[in-house]
Amino acid sequence: MSGILDIVGYGLVVLGLAFMLVGSVGIVRLPDFFARTHAASKVDTVGVSIVVVGVACIEGFSLDGLKVLLAAFFVVMTNPVAAHALARAAALTGLRPWVRPDTADSAREKSDP
Amino acid sequence: MNYALTILLVLFLVAVLIPFYRLAKGPTVFDRLLSVGAIGSKAIALILLIGLLYDRLGMFVDIALAYAILSFIGTVAVAEYFRLKGGEE
Repeated sequence: MSGILDIVGYGLVVLGLAFMLVGSVGIVRLPDFFARTHAASKVDTVGVSIVVVGVACIEGFSLDGLKVLLAAFFVVMTNPVAAHALARAAALTGLRPWVRPDTADSAREKSDP
Repeated sequence: MNYALTILLVLFLVAVLIPFYRLAKGPTVFDRLLSVGAIGSKAIALILLIGLLYDRLGMFVDIALAYAILSFIGTVAVAEYFRLKGGEE
């Protein structure tokens, strides 16, 4: 595992893995479908693309490295679109975003003398 | 050296397995679709990493690319289906 490119590559893989773990926990922990779309699409896209770019770095300058970069580009382009399609479908079938009960208006009532 | 790689792979496996809980519990069908999409996109990274470890990245890149395309088209198609059918149980 010599060479600076390998070290950078494995560093990127570990960083992307951290993003993916955060995304997974976000999918489980967040209260509502629309909140989970943030975790599933944005965090996931960044995590997967960082891991894939890391693999491309480890692979070095070759045809396979180029194809791996193409895969990373493809994931970055299409993952948000897929998540958008899901969120749009959910919104159109009447799924309402979850609102925290103690929002601004109820807070104002509480603060009235 | 492979000690570090096994930890990496175990953590990858944990990252892939966590959304299965949302898949099982998800109240609406869109939660399930979301977790399947998340698992699918994480699988792409897993495929490439395994390809790297087996030193046959050329083959695994093609698998990952095909999987990414199919997962994207599948998610959009199922989302369109459930938009018309409605998400009720």
